Amino acid sequence: MKVSIYRYNPETDREPYMKEYEVDTGGKDLMVLDVLNLVKEQDDSLVYRRSCREGVCGSDGMNINGKNGLACITPLSLAAPGVLDGRKALILRPLPGLPVVRDLVVDMTMFYNQYEKVQPYLQNNTPAPAIERLQSPADREKIDGLYECILCACCSTSCPSFWWNPDKFLGPAALLQSYRFLADSRDQATDERLARMDDPFSLFRCRGIMNCVSVCPKGLNPTRAIGHIREMLLERAV
Amino acid sequence: MSIRTVTFDAIVVGGGGAGMRASLQMAQSGFKTALISKVFPTRSHTVSAQGGITCAIASADPNDDWRWHMYDTVKGSDYIGDQDAIEYMCSVGPQTVFELEHMGLPFSRTEEGRIYQRPFGGQSKNYGEGGQAARTCAAADRTGHALLHTLYQQNLKNGTQFYSEWYAAELVTDARGHAAGVIAICIETGEAVFFKAKATVFATGGAGRIYSSTTNALINTGDGIGMALRAGVPVQDIEMWQFHPTGIAGAGTLVTEGCRGEGGYLINKDGERFMERYAPNAKDLAGRDVVARSMMMEILDGRGCGPNGDYVYLKLDHLGEEVLHTRLPGICELSKTFAHADPVKEPIPVVPTCHYMMGGIPTNIHGQALRLDGGHQGQAQHIPGLFAVGEVACVSVHGANRLGGNSLLDLVVFGRAAGLYIEEALRQGMDQAEPNSDDMDRATARLRRWDDSRSGESVASLRKELQTTMQNAFGVFRKGDLMIDGVKKVADLRGRIGEAHLGDKSKAFNTARIEALELDNLLEVAEATAIAAEGRTESRGAHSRYDYPDRDDENWLCHSIFDPKTKQLGKRDVNFKPKTVDTFKPKVRTY
Ligand SMILES: Cc1cc2nc3c(=O)[nH]c(=O)nc-3n(C[C@H](O)[C@H](O)[C@H](O)COP(=O)(O)OP(=O)(O)OC[C@H]3O[C@@H](n4cnc5c(N)ncnc54)[C@H](O)[C@@H]3O)c2cc1C
Ligand code: SF4
Ligand code: SF4
Ligand code: FES
Repeated sequence: MKVSIYRYNPETDREPYMKEYEVDTGGKDLMVLDVLNLVKEQDDSLVYRRSCREGVCGSDGMNINGKNGLACITPLSLAAPGVLDGRKALILRPLPGLPVVRDLVVDMTMFYNQYEKVQPYLQNNTPAPAIERLQSPADREKIDGLYECILCACCSTSCPSFWWNPDKFLGPAALLQSYRFLADSRDQATDERLARMDDPFSLFRCRGIMNCVSVCPKGLNPTRAIGHIREMLLERAV
Repeated sequence: MSIRTVTFDAIVVGGGGAGMRASLQMAQSGFKTALISKVFPTRSHTVSAQGGITCAIASADPNDDWRWHMYDTVKGSDYIGDQDAIEYMCSVGPQTVFELEHMGLPFSRTEEGRIYQRPFGGQSKNYGEGGQAARTCAAADRTGHALLHTLYQQNLKNGTQFYSEWYAAELVTDARGHAAGVIAICIETGEAVFFKAKATVFATGGAGRIYSSTTNALINTGDGIGMALRAGVPVQDIEMWQFHPTGIAGAGTLVTEGCRGEGGYLINKDGERFMERYAPNAKDLAGRDVVARSMMMEILDGRGCGPNGDYVYLKLDHLGEEVLHTRLPGICELSKTFAHADPVKEPIPVVPTCHYMMGGIPTNIHGQALRLDGGHQGQAQHIPGLFAVGEVACVSVHGANRLGGNSLLDLVVFGRAAGLYIEEALRQGMDQAEPNSDDMDRATARLRRWDDSRSGESVASLRKELQTTMQNAFGVFRKGDLMIDGVKKVADLRGRIGEAHLGDKSKAFNTARIEALELDNLLEVAEATAIAAEGRTESRGAHSRYDYPDRDDENWLCHSIFDPKTKQLGKRDVNFKPKTVDTFKPKVRTY
């Protein structure tokens, strides 16, 4: 099969280019990451991140035939129609909207900065009990669909609002994490959390385009979380 | 090679659960500490842990007792776990788990609002007399993810200084062998820097990648073990590798023991629940070594499933969609992706798969690395400046077989303990070892060797060969002649890897160079494993030999110590002296 990969090495290339490879997959429906590993055996200068190879560490977010996803859990059959049977090339590019370090590796600093801005840790100043803090199963359920985020950046780098304002708009991933703590019955910093987002950019740049939802490899729904925060902010205003 | 030096009070190499628990402790104390990790911390392998963290917090059973947990752990270890360390882990455990909850870890809950606990293999009440216990604290089947992200968040809050995507290449020691820090490469720029510190903590995790079939992440290449061995630090019980019963056949990805804890069970091609024959009481929740061996027996006796009869099935559909989707959502995802099987409807094809390294750098309960003074059987001495915690360490709480859920507990209990100890030692004044130029030359030799390579075999092909060798000769069942042959093959590979070729010599984000450096470490771990496995002439826990089928307490109720300088196997006494309870004496191990 044919694979076309975005290449750029800052030491030797003035500009990025697409490089074609021929890979023998034996007709198997491999994961995109397996294909990358086969390419690397041919050409060890190809660079990408990977770790868990099972969709839980968030290392290998990339743009696969036009859509952001994790290479390790995207089988060729789902990459794009025609890729598996060789009618079409597999096309791999770095996540859009972040500076490219080399090949498929992007500089995630802006993404992490936004995550840190939402103070992504539990805040509770009451003295801790001798055992755990109690939480009902119903309250615990409120953070399902939020805490599972793996910080892969597939969502934020598919969001036009994030592309335009990566420094001011928190982006879907950070907003999802913000809501993860707002929704946690054990957290007491609701007001401070909301106050920090109460400006035209941090949250209100979200245009509800839902790109984030359609790409999240963990099936999470940042748009819904953003909607909840929006409601909390509006309620707070009155 | 002149390189930049940066100086800290303490450095932690590794941002998994163990490393981040240690760094959190030190960040809170205000000493100048740095955490170095070859991947962004939340991409560490701890993120993959599924089933939970085992600890007697007395939620599922208000009468639960840490001593029962201790009994199970000692028995699970096949009696070569150190009883003082196990006592420490099981008794300090509850406090450590409650701390994690206070930090925000999103545990699943019981109706009473307490932490949800599920049954895991090898767990009992009342010292094996009271039936199956439910002692593994869980956040659905994503406990490692929840734990790792929580620890990262707390480190952010407390201002830990992170060096993410920095690769530690070598331990720097002075002429006396005292640790002075590490040489690490900034992956993004390729720059090598000397991180100088009074305390160096290795928390580099496991090395499952020495086998071709493993549940471990691609980054689990045993770098800490490699660096230790090259610096002359011995490793303990390194022949003890856990094969997890339920790796997905073909893919290697894990489905948690929690599946069987929730009521799933294994069947052979006749649909028989075969564990009832091998472990009449605990059945599918016997120790992992026992279950893995039973599965292999079924397969070898021709009762395996599938066209080649080379796996068995894990049946879960009888638990119902509701339970599967609330308790095991991640497993459902993984099984659909990697086995093309929806557990709600059909069983998952599984096979024993390399999972966990019980052995490692010997330490005491403060995480201080040990070496034997005066050769074999000598007194253990700690190595000034060097600490190890987590899977890379062998403290030893797992002995010859780890119980499920005990690793996450090991990480946080001993990560915390090492942090506390170093904090106090720094307060009282710790020495900084001062390496001279020869020491620095030695520590950077490997970097130069790869950069100077002009031709030779490729890293990928040698890695494959090494993994196949280990898989064939040092798997679930082991045989003397095959192992002798394996040792020879690994020795041959050492020669060839020493002359292998790195094609890409560029600086920026050169992952080919990292993979080459990792191959050196895989080789070190593989060699130590091979020699230790061949040398331990008995069967105990995960180490199971056809030619020595029985446990031999007379000769081998002890740790093995592999000395990298002589490449000889020595012995070290197991600790049988817990401080507050009576010794658990070795018994025949049945489930
Ligand atoms: C699939 C799976 C499921 C599991 N489930 C459970 C479970 O439910 N319960 C349980 O108790 N245990 C479980 N385990 C075992 C447990 O997850 C691991 O033993 C544990 O996470 C290891 O943690 P660690 O902190 O020692 O190392 P890791 O989490 O592996 O982290 C190692 C760190 O070291 C860094 N590092 C390594 N080498 C270098 C280097 N050269 N330079 C810089 N940094 C380096 C890495 O970047 C990483 O940050 C599971 C294991 C697997 C494979
Ligand atoms: S819904 Fe909002 S956050 Fe999501 S992609 Fe659209 S603009 Fe971005
Ligand atoms: S919300 Fe989904 S897509 Fe976005 S970072 Fe988290 S896991 Fe990735
Ligand atoms: S390698 Fe971890 S998510 Fe793909």
